[in-house]
Amino acid sequence: MSPLMTMPVDAAASARRILLVYRHSPGLLLSSLLVPVAMVGVFGYVFGSAMDVPGGGYREFLMPGLFAMVALNAVMPAMVGGARDAGRGVTDRLRSMSVSRLGLLTGQTAADLLVAAVVLVPTGLVGLAAGWRIRHGLGSALGAFGLLLLFRFACGWLGTALGLAVGKEETAGQLAVLTIPFSMLTSAFVPTGGMPGWLAAIADWNPVSAVVEACRQLFGNPSAPGDAWPVQHPVAATFGWCALLLAVAVPLAVRNFARSGR
Amino acid sequence: MSDPVIAVRGLGKTFGATRALDGLELDVPEGTVCGLLGPNGAGKTTLVRILATLVRPDRGEARVCGHEVRGEAAAVRRVIGLAGQYAAVEEGITGRENLELLGRLHHVGAARARARAAELLGEFGLEEAADRLVRGYSGGMRRRLDLAASLITRPRVLFLDEPTTGLDPRSRREIWSAVRELAAQGSTVLLTTQYLDEADRLADRITLVDRGRAVADDTPQRLKAAIGTRVEITLPEGADLDRAGAVLAVLTGGAPAVDAGQGRVGAVSDPARELNLPRLVRELDAAGMVALDVALRTPSLDDVFLALTAGVKEELAA
Repeated sequence: MSPLMTMPVDAAASARRILLVYRHSPGLLLSSLLVPVAMVGVFGYVFGSAMDVPGGGYREFLMPGLFAMVALNAVMPAMVGGARDAGRGVTDRLRSMSVSRLGLLTGQTAADLLVAAVVLVPTGLVGLAAGWRIRHGLGSALGAFGLLLLFRFACGWLGTALGLAVGKEETAGQLAVLTIPFSMLTSAFVPTGGMPGWLAAIADWNPVSAVVEACRQLFGNPSAPGDAWPVQHPVAATFGWCALLLAVAVPLAVRNFARSGR
Repeated sequence: MSDPVIAVRGLGKTFGATRALDGLELDVPEGTVCGLLGPNGAGKTTLVRILATLVRPDRGEARVCGHEVRGEAAAVRRVIGLAGQYAAVEEGITGRENLELLGRLHHVGAARARARAAELLGEFGLEEAADRLVRGYSGGMRRRLDLAASLITRPRVLFLDEPTTGLDPRSRREIWSAVRELAAQGSTVLLTTQYLDEADRLADRITLVDRGRAVADDTPQRLKAAIGTRVEITLPEGADLDRAGAVLAVLTGGAPAVDAGQGRVGAVSDPARELNLPRLVRELDAAGMVALDVALRTPSLDDVFLALTAGVKEELAA
Protein backbone atom coordinates (compact mmCIF):
# COMPACT_ATOMS: atom_id res chain seq x y z
CA MET A 1 0.00 0.00 0.00
CA SER A 2 1.29 3.42 -0.82
CA PRO A 3 1.69 5.96 1.99
CA LEU A 4 -1.09 8.03 0.40
CA MET A 5 -3.61 5.21 0.85
CA THR A 6 -2.62 4.56 4.44
CA MET A 7 -2.78 8.21 5.44
CA PRO A 8 -6.20 8.09 7.17
CA VAL A 9 -5.28 4.91 9.09
CA ASP A 10 -1.93 6.36 10.13
CA ALA A 11 -3.51 9.66 11.16
CA ALA A 12 -6.15 7.84 13.22
CA ALA A 13 -3.56 5.69 15.02
CA SER A 14 -1.41 8.70 15.71
CA ALA A 15 -4.38 10.70 17.05
CA ARG A 16 -5.34 7.74 19.19
CA ARG A 17 -1.93 7.73 20.79
CA ILE A 18 -2.24 11.38 21.87
CA LEU A 19 -5.76 10.88 23.22
CA LEU A 20 -4.74 7.73 25.11
CA VAL A 21 -1.97 9.68 26.82
CA TYR A 22 -4.53 12.25 27.98
CA ARG A 23 -6.91 9.52 29.09
CA HIS A 24 -4.25 7.89 31.23
CA SER A 25 -3.10 11.17 32.74
CA PRO A 26 -6.15 13.29 33.57
CA GLY A 27 -3.78 15.64 35.38
CA LEU A 28 -2.37 16.72 32.02
CA LEU A 29 -5.74 17.99 30.87
CA LEU A 30 -6.50 19.46 34.26
CA SER A 31 -3.28 21.48 34.29
CA SER A 32 -3.80 22.81 30.77
CA LEU A 33 -7.30 23.71 31.93
CA LEU A 34 -6.30 25.39 35.18
CA VAL A 35 -3.89 27.80 33.51
CA PRO A 36 -6.46 29.83 31.57
CA VAL A 37 -8.92 29.65 34.45
CA ALA A 38 -6.28 30.96 36.85
CA MET A 39 -5.45 33.70 34.36
CA VAL A 40 -9.03 34.91 34.37
CA GLY A 41 -8.50 35.49 38.08
CA VAL A 42 -4.99 36.95 37.94
CA PHE A 43 -5.39 39.17 34.90
CA GLY A 44 -9.11 39.80 35.13
CA TYR A 45 -9.23 40.79 38.78
CA VAL A 46 -5.67 41.68 39.85
CA PHE A 47 -4.53 43.63 36.78
CA GLY A 48 -8.07 44.45 35.73
CA SER A 49 -8.61 46.40 38.93
CA ALA A 50 -6.18 49.04 37.66
CA MET A 51 -7.07 48.80 33.99
CA ASP A 52 -9.43 50.92 31.96
CA VAL A 53 -10.34 49.98 28.42
CA PRO A 54 -12.58 51.97 26.13
CA GLY A 55 -16.05 50.61 25.45
CA GLY A 56 -16.54 48.10 28.25
CA GLY A 57 -15.13 46.19 31.19
CA TYR A 58 -11.56 44.90 31.28
CA ARG A 59 -12.59 41.30 31.80
CA GLU A 60 -14.68 41.35 28.67
CA PHE A 61 -11.70 42.85 26.84
CA LEU A 62 -9.43 40.20 28.33
CA MET A 63 -11.35 37.00 27.53
CA PRO A 64 -10.61 36.92 23.76
CA GLY A 65 -6.97 37.41 24.71
CA LEU A 66 -7.08 34.38 27.00
CA PHE A 67 -8.83 32.30 24.33
CA ALA A 68 -6.02 33.20 21.93
CA MET A 69 -3.49 32.17 24.60
CA VAL A 70 -5.14 28.77 24.79
CA ALA A 71 -4.74 28.51 21.01
CA LEU A 72 -1.11 29.64 21.11
CA ASN A 73 -0.38 27.17 23.90
CA ALA A 74 -0.46 24.36 21.33
CA VAL A 75 3.17 25.23 20.60
CA MET A 76 4.54 23.99 23.92
CA PRO A 77 3.27 20.40 24.12
CA ALA A 78 3.77 19.89 20.36
CA MET A 79 7.33 21.12 20.61
CA VAL A 80 8.21 19.06 23.67
CA GLY A 81 6.43 16.00 22.27
CA GLY A 82 8.17 16.29 18.90
CA ALA A 83 11.57 16.68 20.54
CA ARG A 84 10.91 13.76 22.89
CA ASP A 85 9.94 11.46 20.02
CA ALA A 86 12.98 12.49 18.02
CA GLY A 87 15.31 12.16 20.99
CA ARG A 88 14.08 8.80 22.23
CA GLY A 89 14.00 6.92 18.96
CA VAL A 90 10.21 6.91 18.51
CA THR A 91 10.61 8.95 15.32
CA ASP A 92 13.28 6.51 14.11
CA ARG A 93 11.00 3.54 14.60
CA LEU A 94 8.13 5.25 12.76
CA ARG A 95 10.45 6.28 9.95
CA SER A 96 11.66 2.70 9.55
CA MET A 97 8.04 1.67 8.94
CA SER A 98 5.97 2.10 5.82
CA VAL A 99 3.69 4.84 7.12
CA SER A 100 2.49 8.18 5.85
CA ARG A 101 4.52 10.88 7.58
CA LEU A 102 2.01 13.58 6.76
CA GLY A 103 -0.71 11.29 8.13
CA LEU A 104 1.15 10.68 11.40
CA LEU A 105 1.77 14.36 12.04
CA THR A 106 -1.73 15.38 10.98
CA GLY A 107 -3.20 12.85 13.39
CA GLN A 108 -1.23 14.29 16.28
CA THR A 109 -2.18 17.86 15.50
CA ALA A 110 -5.82 16.98 14.94
CA ALA A 111 -6.00 15.14 18.27
CA ASP A 112 -4.63 18.25 19.90
CA LEU A 113 -7.60 20.19 18.53
CA LEU A 114 -9.92 18.00 20.55
CA VAL A 115 -7.86 18.77 23.64
CA ALA A 116 -8.08 22.50 22.84
CA ALA A 117 -11.85 22.31 22.45
CA VAL A 118 -12.12 20.64 25.84
CA VAL A 119 -10.02 23.44 27.38
CA LEU A 120 -11.88 26.27 25.64
CA VAL A 121 -15.30 25.29 27.01
CA PRO A 122 -14.56 25.67 30.76
CA THR A 123 -12.43 28.73 30.03
CA GLY A 124 -15.47 30.28 28.35
CA LEU A 125 -17.73 29.30 31.24
CA VAL A 126 -15.42 30.93 33.77
CA GLY A 127 -15.30 33.95 31.49
CA LEU A 128 -19.09 34.15 31.43
CA ALA A 129 -19.11 34.04 35.23
CA ALA A 130 -16.56 36.89 35.27
CA GLY A 131 -18.69 39.10 33.06
CA TRP A 132 -17.64 38.17 29.53
CA ARG A 133 -20.52 38.09 27.04
CA ILE A 134 -21.25 36.87 23.52
CA ARG A 135 -22.96 39.90 21.98
CA HIS A 136 -23.17 39.19 18.25
CA GLY A 137 -25.09 35.92 18.24
CA LEU A 138 -24.16 32.28 18.25
CA GLY A 139 -23.13 32.14 14.60
CA SER A 140 -20.43 34.76 15.04
CA ALA A 141 -19.32 33.15 18.29
CA LEU A 142 -18.94 29.77 16.61
CA GLY A 143 -16.96 31.53 13.91
CA ALA A 144 -14.66 32.93 16.56
CA PHE A 145 -14.12 29.50 18.12
CA GLY A 146 -13.49 28.14 14.63
CA LEU A 147 -10.75 30.72 14.11
CA LEU A 148 -9.26 29.88 17.49
CA LEU A 149 -9.09 26.18 16.57
CA LEU A 150 -7.61 27.03 13.18
CA PHE A 151 -4.91 29.06 14.91
CA ARG A 152 -4.34 26.26 17.43
CA PHE A 153 -3.93 23.84 14.51
CA ALA A 154 -1.34 26.08 12.87
CA CYS A 155 0.48 26.53 16.20
CA GLY A 156 0.50 22.76 16.74
CA TRP A 157 2.23 22.27 13.39
CA LEU A 158 4.72 25.00 14.20
CA GLY A 159 5.52 23.39 17.55
CA THR A 160 5.94 19.97 15.94
CA ALA A 161 8.27 21.35 13.29
CA LEU A 162 10.39 23.15 15.89
CA GLY A 163 10.41 20.22 18.32
CA LEU A 164 11.57 17.76 15.66
CA ALA A 165 14.30 20.19 14.65
CA VAL A 166 15.49 20.63 18.23
CA GLY A 167 15.43 16.90 19.00
CA LYS A 168 16.14 17.29 22.72
CA GLU A 169 13.28 17.32 25.16
CA GLU A 170 14.97 19.58 27.74
CA THR A 171 16.03 22.16 25.16
CA ALA A 172 12.57 22.15 23.62
CA GLY A 173 11.03 22.69 27.06
CA GLN A 174 13.24 25.70 27.68
CA LEU A 175 12.60 27.18 24.23
CA ALA A 176 8.85 26.62 24.51
CA VAL A 177 8.71 29.02 27.45
CA LEU A 178 9.45 31.79 24.94
CA THR A 179 5.81 31.59 23.85
CA ILE A 180 4.93 33.45 27.08
CA PRO A 181 6.73 36.74 26.24
CA PHE A 182 5.54 36.25 22.66
CA SER A 183 1.95 36.18 23.86
CA MET A 184 2.53 39.36 25.91
CA LEU A 185 3.70 41.31 22.87
CA THR A 186 0.11 41.51 21.63
CA SER A 187 -3.15 43.30 22.21
CA ALA A 188 -4.33 40.34 24.32
CA PHE A 189 -3.85 42.00 27.72
CA VAL A 190 -3.60 45.74 27.06
CA PRO A 191 -4.55 47.94 24.11
CA THR A 192 -1.49 48.59 21.95
CA GLY A 193 -2.31 52.30 21.75
CA GLY A 194 -0.44 53.04 24.98
CA MET A 195 2.75 51.28 23.89
CA PRO A 196 5.73 53.11 22.34
CA GLY A 197 5.22 53.33 18.58
CA TRP A 198 7.77 50.68 17.59
CA LEU A 199 6.45 48.25 20.20
CA ALA A 200 2.85 48.86 19.16
CA ALA A 201 3.82 48.07 15.56
CA ILE A 202 5.38 44.76 16.64
CA ALA A 203 2.34 43.91 18.74
CA ASP A 204 -0.12 44.81 15.97
CA TRP A 205 1.73 42.62 13.50
CA ASN A 206 1.94 39.74 15.96
CA PRO A 207 -0.38 37.02 14.59
CA VAL A 208 -1.82 36.55 18.09
CA SER A 209 -3.16 40.13 17.99
CA ALA A 210 -5.06 39.41 14.79
CA VAL A 211 -6.66 36.37 16.41
CA VAL A 212 -7.51 38.38 19.55
CA GLU A 213 -9.03 41.25 17.57
CA ALA A 214 -10.97 38.84 15.35
CA CYS A 215 -12.49 37.26 18.46
CA ARG A 216 -13.31 40.65 19.98
CA GLN A 217 -15.03 41.61 16.75
CA LEU A 218 -16.98 38.34 16.42
CA PHE A 219 -17.96 38.12 20.10
CA GLY A 220 -18.79 41.84 20.14
CA ASN A 221 -16.38 42.55 23.00
CA PRO A 222 -14.70 45.91 23.64
CA SER A 223 -11.56 46.50 21.64
CA ALA A 224 -9.12 49.25 20.80
CA PRO A 225 -7.19 48.03 17.78
CA GLY A 226 -4.25 49.97 16.39
CA ASP A 227 -4.06 51.32 12.85
CA ALA A 228 -2.10 48.45 11.34
CA TRP A 229 -3.80 46.41 8.62
CA PRO A 230 -3.90 43.05 10.45
CA VAL A 231 -5.76 44.40 13.48
CA GLN A 232 -8.03 46.56 11.32
CA HIS A 233 -9.01 43.47 9.28
CA PRO A 234 -8.52 40.82 11.93
CA VAL A 235 -10.60 37.99 10.45
CA ALA A 236 -8.90 38.17 7.06
CA ALA A 237 -5.54 38.61 8.78
CA THR A 238 -6.13 35.54 10.96
CA PHE A 239 -6.86 33.45 7.89
CA GLY A 240 -3.77 34.91 6.24
CA TRP A 241 -1.49 34.29 9.20
CA CYS A 242 -2.77 30.73 9.62
CA ALA A 243 -2.36 30.00 5.91
CA LEU A 244 1.19 31.35 6.06
CA LEU A 245 2.02 29.43 9.23
CA LEU A 246 0.65 26.18 7.81
CA ALA A 247 2.36 26.72 4.45
CA VAL A 248 5.68 26.97 6.27
CA ALA A 249 5.22 24.65 9.25
CA VAL A 250 3.59 21.62 7.57
CA PRO A 251 6.33 21.01 4.99
CA LEU A 252 8.95 21.91 7.58
CA ALA A 253 7.54 19.41 10.08
CA VAL A 254 7.39 16.63 7.48
CA ARG A 255 10.93 17.45 6.36
CA ASN A 256 12.26 17.57 9.93
CA PHE A 257 10.52 14.28 10.64
CA ALA A 258 12.15 12.71 7.59
CA ARG A 259 15.56 14.05 8.57
CA SER A 260 15.31 13.50 12.28
CA GLY A 261 18.51 12.16 13.83
CA ARG A 262 20.39 12.20 10.56
CA MET B 1 23.97 -20.42 -2.23
CA SER B 2 21.08 -17.96 -2.28
CA ASP B 3 21.69 -14.23 -2.33
CA PRO B 4 22.58 -12.68 1.01
CA VAL B 5 19.67 -10.98 2.78
CA ILE B 6 21.88 -8.02 3.60
CA ALA B 7 24.46 -7.04 0.99
CA VAL B 8 26.63 -3.98 1.50
CA ARG B 9 29.22 -2.81 -1.04
CA GLY B 10 31.70 0.03 -0.59
CA LEU B 11 29.39 1.92 1.74
CA GLY B 12 30.54 5.42 2.70
CA LYS B 13 29.01 8.11 4.88
CA THR B 14 30.55 11.32 6.14
CA PHE B 15 29.06 13.59 8.80
CA GLY B 16 30.81 16.94 8.58
CA ALA B 17 34.48 16.12 9.11
CA THR B 18 33.80 12.66 10.52
CA ARG B 19 34.04 9.70 8.20
CA ALA B 20 31.55 7.33 9.83
CA LEU B 21 31.69 4.68 7.12
CA ASP B 22 34.61 4.26 4.79
CA GLY B 23 34.02 1.60 2.15
CA LEU B 24 32.33 -0.97 4.36
CA GLU B 25 31.51 -4.39 2.91
CA LEU B 26 29.14 -6.90 4.45
CA ASP B 27 27.12 -9.97 3.49
CA VAL B 28 24.63 -11.56 5.84
CA PRO B 29 23.08 -14.85 4.67
CA GLU B 30 19.42 -15.62 5.33
CA GLY B 31 18.54 -16.97 8.76
CA THR B 32 21.81 -16.08 10.46
CA VAL B 33 22.72 -13.75 13.30
CA CYS B 34 25.48 -11.34 12.36
CA GLY B 35 27.21 -9.53 15.19
CA LEU B 36 28.68 -6.13 14.37
CA LEU B 37 31.35 -5.51 16.92
CA GLY B 38 33.34 -2.36 17.36
CA PRO B 39 34.18 0.51 19.69
CA ASN B 40 32.11 3.68 19.98
CA GLY B 41 32.32 5.66 16.79
CA ALA B 42 33.34 2.68 14.65
CA GLY B 43 30.33 3.17 12.37
CA LYS B 44 28.07 0.35 13.59
CA THR B 45 25.08 2.53 14.33
CA THR B 46 25.50 4.47 11.09
CA LEU B 47 25.44 1.19 9.18
CA VAL B 48 22.25 0.06 10.92
CA ARG B 49 20.63 3.44 10.33
CA ILE B 50 21.46 3.28 6.63
CA LEU B 51 20.09 -0.26 6.34
CA ALA B 52 16.93 0.81 8.19
CA THR B 53 16.47 3.66 5.65
CA LEU B 54 16.97 6.34 8.32
CA VAL B 55 20.18 7.76 6.86
CA ARG B 56 21.18 7.98 3.21
CA PRO B 57 24.69 6.82 2.36
CA ASP B 58 27.02 9.11 0.43
CA ARG B 59 28.40 6.33 -1.72
CA GLY B 60 28.29 2.60 -2.23
CA GLU B 61 25.31 0.30 -2.24
CA ALA B 62 23.27 -1.44 0.44
CA ARG B 63 20.54 -3.97 -0.25
CA VAL B 64 18.09 -5.61 2.12
CA CYS B 65 16.26 -8.61 0.65
CA GLY B 66 17.42 -7.38 -2.74
CA HIS B 67 15.95 -3.88 -2.32
CA GLU B 68 18.29 -0.91 -2.51
CA VAL B 69 17.97 1.27 0.61
CA ARG B 70 17.91 4.54 -1.32
CA GLY B 71 15.83 3.79 -4.39
CA GLU B 72 13.50 1.22 -2.83
CA ALA B 73 13.19 2.46 0.74
CA ALA B 74 9.48 1.67 0.92
CA ALA B 75 10.10 -1.97 -0.04
CA VAL B 76 12.93 -2.21 2.51
CA ARG B 77 10.68 -0.81 5.25
CA ARG B 78 8.15 -3.57 4.66
CA VAL B 79 10.61 -6.36 5.45
CA ILE B 80 12.55 -4.94 8.39
CA GLY B 81 12.14 -4.45 12.11
CA LEU B 82 14.24 -2.06 14.18
CA ALA B 83 14.99 -1.94 17.88
CA GLY B 84 17.42 0.76 18.79
CA GLN B 85 19.62 1.92 21.62
CA TYR B 86 16.66 3.57 23.25
CA ALA B 87 13.38 2.05 24.24
CA ALA B 88 11.38 3.76 21.51
CA VAL B 89 8.01 3.42 23.17
CA GLU B 90 5.40 5.90 24.38
CA GLU B 91 5.69 6.12 28.15
CA GLY B 92 2.31 7.68 28.74
CA ILE B 93 0.29 4.68 27.61
CA THR B 94 0.32 0.96 28.45
CA GLY B 95 2.54 -1.69 26.93
CA ARG B 96 -0.45 -3.29 25.26
CA GLU B 97 -1.56 0.02 23.76
CA ASN B 98 1.94 0.62 22.42
CA LEU B 99 1.93 -2.68 20.56
CA GLU B 100 -1.66 -2.26 19.34
CA LEU B 101 -0.93 1.21 17.98
CA LEU B 102 2.14 -0.04 16.12
CA GLY B 103 0.06 -2.91 14.74
CA ARG B 104 -2.40 -0.38 13.37
CA LEU B 105 0.48 1.58 11.88
CA HIS B 106 1.60 -1.63 10.19
CA HIS B 107 -1.89 -1.68 8.65
CA VAL B 108 -2.88 -5.10 9.90
CA GLY B 109 -6.28 -3.88 11.11
CA ALA B 110 -7.50 -3.24 14.64
CA ALA B 111 -8.52 -6.83 15.44
CA ARG B 112 -5.28 -8.35 14.14
CA ALA B 113 -3.29 -5.64 15.95
CA ARG B 114 -5.00 -6.58 19.22
CA ALA B 115 -4.35 -10.29 18.75
CA ARG B 116 -0.71 -9.80 17.79
CA ALA B 117 -0.13 -7.48 20.74
CA ALA B 118 -1.49 -10.13 23.11
CA GLU B 119 0.73 -12.78 21.50
CA LEU B 120 3.87 -10.69 21.81
CA LEU B 121 3.12 -9.66 25.39
CA GLY B 122 2.95 -13.36 26.21
CA GLU B 123 6.13 -14.23 24.36
CA PHE B 124 8.09 -11.52 26.11
CA GLY B 125 6.74 -12.19 29.59
CA LEU B 126 4.94 -8.87 29.79
CA GLU B 127 1.39 -10.15 30.35
CA GLU B 128 1.21 -8.98 33.93
CA ALA B 129 2.50 -5.52 33.10
CA ALA B 130 0.54 -5.28 29.85
CA ASP B 131 -2.07 -2.84 31.13
CA ARG B 132 0.22 -0.69 33.22
CA LEU B 133 1.73 2.55 31.96
CA VAL B 134 5.18 2.05 30.41
CA ARG B 135 6.41 4.93 32.60
CA GLY B 136 6.43 2.46 35.49
CA TYR B 137 8.36 -0.28 33.63
CA SER B 138 11.92 -1.26 34.54
CA GLY B 139 14.69 -0.74 31.99
CA GLY B 140 14.63 -4.43 31.07
CA MET B 141 10.86 -4.45 30.59
CA ARG B 142 11.06 -1.41 28.32
CA ARG B 143 13.69 -3.05 26.15
CA ARG B 144 11.62 -6.21 25.92
CA LEU B 145 8.60 -4.15 24.92
CA ASP B 146 10.77 -2.32 22.39
CA LEU B 147 11.98 -5.62 20.98
CA ALA B 148 8.41 -6.92 20.84
CA ALA B 149 7.41 -3.72 19.02
CA SER B 150 9.96 -4.45 16.30
CA LEU B 151 8.46 -7.90 15.71
CA ILE B 152 4.82 -7.08 15.05
CA THR B 153 4.98 -8.03 11.39
CA ARG B 154 7.44 -10.93 11.95
CA PRO B 155 10.00 -9.10 9.84
CA ARG B 156 12.40 -11.12 7.69
CA VAL B 157 15.27 -8.91 8.79
CA LEU B 158 15.72 -7.50 12.25
CA PHE B 159 18.17 -4.76 13.21
CA LEU B 160 19.14 -4.58 16.85
CA ASP B 161 21.31 -1.62 17.72
CA GLU B 162 22.99 -2.30 21.06
CA PRO B 163 19.90 -3.98 22.46
CA THR B 164 21.36 -4.61 25.92
CA THR B 165 23.43 -1.49 26.54
CA GLY B 166 22.79 -0.30 30.07
CA LEU B 167 20.81 -3.35 31.15
CA ASP B 168 21.44 -5.49 34.23
CA PRO B 169 22.75 -9.03 33.66
CA ARG B 170 19.38 -10.68 34.11
CA SER B 171 17.67 -8.42 31.60
CA ARG B 172 20.53 -9.00 29.17
CA ARG B 173 20.01 -12.74 29.37
CA GLU B 174 16.30 -12.28 28.75
CA ILE B 175 17.00 -10.25 25.63
CA TRP B 176 19.57 -12.81 24.51
CA SER B 177 17.16 -15.70 24.77
CA ALA B 178 14.57 -13.70 22.82
CA VAL B 179 17.08 -13.04 20.04
CA ARG B 180 18.09 -16.72 19.91
CA GLU B 181 14.43 -17.67 19.66
CA LEU B 182 13.96 -15.30 16.74
CA ALA B 183 16.96 -16.66 14.92
CA ALA B 184 15.68 -20.18 15.50
CA GLN B 185 12.44 -19.16 13.78
CA GLY B 186 14.40 -18.13 10.69
CA SER B 187 14.75 -14.36 11.02
CA THR B 188 17.96 -12.78 9.87
CA VAL B 189 19.37 -10.62 12.63
CA LEU B 190 21.97 -7.88 12.45
CA LEU B 191 23.09 -7.02 15.94
CA THR B 192 25.48 -4.28 16.98
CA THR B 193 27.18 -4.48 20.31
CA GLN B 194 30.14 -3.29 22.31
CA TYR B 195 29.98 -6.40 24.44
CA LEU B 196 32.21 -9.16 23.21
CA ASP B 197 30.46 -11.84 25.23
CA GLU B 198 27.17 -10.79 23.67
CA ALA B 199 28.51 -11.24 20.15
CA ASP B 200 30.19 -14.49 21.20
CA ARG B 201 26.94 -15.95 22.52
CA LEU B 202 24.50 -14.76 19.89
CA ALA B 203 26.23 -14.40 16.57
CA ASP B 204 26.85 -17.06 13.95
CA ARG B 205 29.33 -14.70 12.37
CA ILE B 206 31.05 -11.63 13.68
CA THR B 207 32.07 -8.63 11.68
CA LEU B 208 34.59 -6.43 13.42
CA VAL B 209 34.14 -2.82 12.48
CA ASP B 210 36.79 -0.21 13.03
CA ARG B 211 36.87 3.33 11.65
CA GLY B 212 34.10 2.70 9.19
CA ARG B 213 35.47 -0.50 7.69
CA ALA B 214 34.95 -4.19 8.28
CA VAL B 215 38.34 -5.39 9.51
CA ALA B 216 37.41 -9.04 10.01
CA ASP B 217 34.47 -11.30 9.33
CA ASP B 218 34.32 -14.87 10.56
CA THR B 219 32.78 -17.21 13.11
CA PRO B 220 33.61 -16.36 16.73
CA GLN B 221 35.61 -19.61 17.06
CA ARG B 222 37.73 -19.02 13.99
CA LEU B 223 38.35 -15.41 14.87
CA LYS B 224 39.69 -16.57 18.19
CA ALA B 225 41.74 -19.38 16.64
CA ALA B 226 43.30 -16.91 14.24
CA ILE B 227 45.22 -15.07 16.89
CA GLY B 228 47.18 -17.64 18.81
CA THR B 229 47.19 -18.27 22.54
CA ARG B 230 46.88 -15.92 25.45
CA VAL B 231 49.59 -16.27 28.12
CA GLU B 232 49.27 -14.84 31.59
CA ILE B 233 51.91 -14.93 34.30
CA THR B 234 51.37 -13.84 37.88
CA LEU B 235 54.51 -12.93 39.79
CA PRO B 236 55.21 -12.42 43.50
CA GLU B 237 55.40 -8.94 44.92
CA GLY B 238 58.56 -7.05 44.11
CA ALA B 239 59.34 -9.11 40.99
CA ASP B 240 60.61 -7.32 37.92
CA LEU B 241 57.48 -7.29 35.78
CA ASP B 242 59.17 -5.57 32.88
CA ARG B 243 61.81 -8.27 32.70
CA ALA B 244 59.11 -10.94 32.72
CA GLY B 245 57.41 -8.99 29.94
CA ALA B 246 60.62 -9.06 27.91
CA VAL B 247 60.78 -12.86 28.31
CA LEU B 248 57.17 -13.14 27.17
CA ALA B 249 57.78 -10.90 24.19
CA VAL B 250 60.63 -13.09 22.97
CA LEU B 251 58.60 -16.27 23.48
CA THR B 252 55.27 -15.19 22.04
CA GLY B 253 56.25 -12.59 19.50
CA GLY B 254 53.36 -10.52 20.90
CA ALA B 255 53.36 -7.22 22.77
CA PRO B 256 53.28 -7.82 26.53
CA ALA B 257 50.80 -5.97 28.73
CA VAL B 258 51.89 -5.32 32.32
CA ASP B 259 49.34 -5.04 35.10
CA ALA B 260 51.46 -3.81 38.01
CA GLY B 261 48.57 -3.73 40.49
CA GLN B 262 47.88 -7.44 40.06
CA GLY B 263 51.53 -8.38 39.54
CA ARG B 264 50.51 -9.85 36.21
CA VAL B 265 52.03 -9.88 32.74
CA GLY B 266 50.13 -11.09 29.71
CA ALA B 267 50.60 -11.42 25.97
CA VAL B 268 48.90 -13.02 23.00
CA SER B 269 51.16 -15.27 20.97
CA ASP B 270 51.78 -15.09 17.29
CA PRO B 271 49.53 -17.88 15.92
CA ALA B 272 52.40 -19.27 13.89
CA ARG B 273 54.43 -20.07 17.03
CA GLU B 274 54.29 -23.24 18.98
CA LEU B 275 53.90 -22.36 22.64
CA ASN B 276 54.00 -24.77 25.53
CA LEU B 277 53.99 -24.54 29.28
CA PRO B 278 57.30 -26.33 30.10
CA ARG B 279 59.23 -24.08 27.74
CA LEU B 280 57.66 -21.02 29.27
CA VAL B 281 58.57 -22.11 32.80
CA ARG B 282 62.12 -22.97 31.73
CA GLU B 283 62.64 -19.57 30.17
CA LEU B 284 61.36 -17.79 33.24
CA ASP B 285 63.60 -19.93 35.38
CA ALA B 286 66.58 -19.07 33.19
CA ALA B 287 65.78 -15.42 33.73
CA GLY B 288 65.80 -16.04 37.45
CA MET B 289 62.06 -15.61 38.00
CA VAL B 290 59.56 -17.77 39.80
CA ALA B 291 55.95 -17.35 38.78
CA LEU B 292 53.05 -17.81 41.19
CA ASP B 293 50.81 -18.78 38.32
CA VAL B 294 51.24 -19.41 34.62
CA ALA B 295 48.24 -19.82 32.36
CA LEU B 296 47.66 -20.48 28.67
CA ARG B 297 44.18 -19.65 27.42
CA THR B 298 42.17 -19.58 24.26
CA PRO B 299 41.96 -15.88 23.55
CA SER B 300 38.78 -14.01 24.27
CA LEU B 301 37.12 -11.88 21.64
CA ASP B 302 38.64 -8.98 23.53
CA ASP B 303 42.04 -10.21 22.44
CA VAL B 304 40.86 -10.65 18.86
CA PHE B 305 39.46 -7.23 18.96
CA LEU B 306 42.59 -5.62 20.30
CA ALA B 307 44.78 -7.52 17.89
CA LEU B 308 42.72 -6.40 14.92
CA THR B 309 41.96 -2.86 15.91
CA ALA B 310 45.25 -1.57 17.23
CA GLY B 311 44.89 2.02 18.18
CA VAL B 312 41.48 1.80 19.77
CA LYS B 313 42.71 0.11 22.94
CA GLU B 314 42.20 3.15 25.12
CA GLU B 315 38.57 3.36 24.12
CA LEU B 316 37.91 -0.26 24.92
CA ALA B 317 39.67 -0.05 28.25
CA ALA B 318 37.61 3.00 29.22
